[in-house]
Amino acid sequence: MLYRENGQFKTSYQADQQIFPIAQDRYLILALIAAAAIVVPFIASEYVFRALLIPFLILSLAALGLNILVGYCGQISLGTGGFMAVGAYAAYNLLVRIEGMPAVVAILLGGVFAMAFGVVFGIPSLRIKGLYLAVATLAAQFFCDWAFLRIKWLTNDSASGSVSVPELMVFGWNVDTPIDKYLFCLGFVVIFALLAKNLVRGHTGREWMAIRDMDVAAAVIGIRPVYAKLTAFAVSSFIVGVAGALWGFVHLGSWEPAAFNITRSFDLLFMVIIGGLGSIMGSFFRRGLYCDRAHRA
Amino acid sequence: MGPFLETLIGGLMTGMLYSLVALGFVLIFKASGVFNFAQGAMVLFAALAMARFAEWIPALLGIEHKVLVNLMAFILAMGVMIMLAWVVERFVLGKLVNQEGVTLLMATLGITYFMDGFGQTVFGSDIYKIDVGLPKEPMFLLEDVFQGGILVNQEELSAAIIAAALVALLAAFFQYTGTGRALRAVADDHQAAQSIGIPLERIWVIVWSVAGFVALVAGIIWGSKLGVQFSLSQVALKALPVVILGGLTSVPGAIVGGLIIGVGEKLSEVYIGPMLGGGIEIWFAYALALLFLLVRPQGLYGEKIIDRV
Repeated sequence: MLYRENGQFKTSYQADQQIFPIAQDRYLILALIAAAAIVVPFIASEYVFRALLIPFLILSLAALGLNILVGYCGQISLGTGGFMAVGAYAAYNLLVRIEGMPAVVAILLGGVFAMAFGVVFGIPSLRIKGLYLAVATLAAQFFCDWAFLRIKWLTNDSASGSVSVPELMVFGWNVDTPIDKYLFCLGFVVIFALLAKNLVRGHTGREWMAIRDMDVAAAVIGIRPVYAKLTAFAVSSFIVGVAGALWGFVHLGSWEPAAFNITRSFDLLFMVIIGGLGSIMGSFFRRGLYCDRAHRA
Repeated sequence: MGPFLETLIGGLMTGMLYSLVALGFVLIFKASGVFNFAQGAMVLFAALAMARFAEWIPALLGIEHKVLVNLMAFILAMGVMIMLAWVVERFVLGKLVNQEGVTLLMATLGITYFMDGFGQTVFGSDIYKIDVGLPKEPMFLLEDVFQGGILVNQEELSAAIIAAALVALLAAFFQYTGTGRALRAVADDHQAAQSIGIPLERIWVIVWSVAGFVALVAGIIWGSKLGVQFSLSQVALKALPVVILGGLTSVPGAIVGGLIIGVGEKLSEVYIGPMLGGGIEIWFAYALALLFLLVRPQGLYGEKIIDRV
């Protein structure tokens, strides 16, 4: 870091415990969000939105979710693509099957389904550790690949196996131009990033980090491994599921199971590792380094 | 009973083939603590090298004798794998000593992408054939016991025999040679091994070369069965449940795990698959491995994981 906390005296607990206690951080983040929301829409071209910025935001969100699990709680997961798929398909089914379901609610509920799925596949983590767990989470990935390919009900009996989402209406706002889509994603990303940042600095986040650093020691000082690991799986797969739903709804529009295959899982894990584990802001910076993937995605 | 036995035997033999790939994982993990995701890519790379050399040698040197050509291709391909082992050690893993397991895992994933691309650039990306003269005709056993007998694929049978021989060879190599002893020492404790004068770099090159050898054998067998093509690198994904089921550090574990997964997969596909709509092989193997792991978290034969604070 180029700057230090020196000389910034806190006179209240509130000031000491805010999300970004250092003034430079606070202003930088605010400036960044403002720039992303106000300046970027005027300077970026349609191609840049479609091919770079939207995938960048969504995959950052997924990487953020994965980072909670891998970086903060130390549970390696190779099933991210599967969790994204659950989020996307659950959101799709909710939208198509329930009359008048608002898209935002469908996306968030997609996250809830992914969360339930993630918790189920997180249960083995209570017994299986490290690389064994990493391979075991592949079960989730392959199960999803199979389920969305073979179980016709999940894809609304579409003949080709690919599903598509009708136009996206959010409380009367028709999200169809690239700028709209970009702002829509940006909204999700900012909210979830702040929530995640808030979560990891608190009680829950510290439990996760204790588990990551040494789970036996953490258990000895009274941290419940079951609770800590499963909350990490839940939060992580919720965010990943929302990212998956956004990926399907906003970026792809129509997709088939291959959109969430194992390569996606690897890519996300790459993103998390390249920037170093355990940093919320890192999820974004490292995604920037990874832009070329967006062209192929 | 006949169809059941047939599935069972088929499963055992497929399992043997998985074991071959799994062996490569175990060897490298034992000696360097690296979970080598690139094993599948190595299989593809080795098979590509073998297939192409077997094509190029008659074209360039005019040698037509098939055994001789295959032998030369094998030796050349092995040379390529040794070079590859050296490159991997020198440029990737040598720089990452003492890093976390997950970082090493991702590094090998990077090697996978590199090798998939590089192999196809150098050797071409068509489907190639490897013909080392494995018998192809199916064979019928126990014809007087069951009606129609039991169909056994001779190719798989010979593959299983080769795999078994390879395992015996590796076991002997690890147990009775000086190099093997050094390998085991490194596997036990890097630092202790280094302090008594075992050169880590060289040992790792050797381990990766041995894994390359295993990959080459696996590549030849899989390649002559399925043809040498990109999907060959996917066998690694089928071998992963075998590795965790048997235990990451155990050579016998890789064999037993392979047999269990092979049989489980085939039986499930035949008896449970139709109920679920088929194609359940791939995730069923993982689910099976998961079930075993819930009982024994370190795999069947893995070293007991002891947590100390």
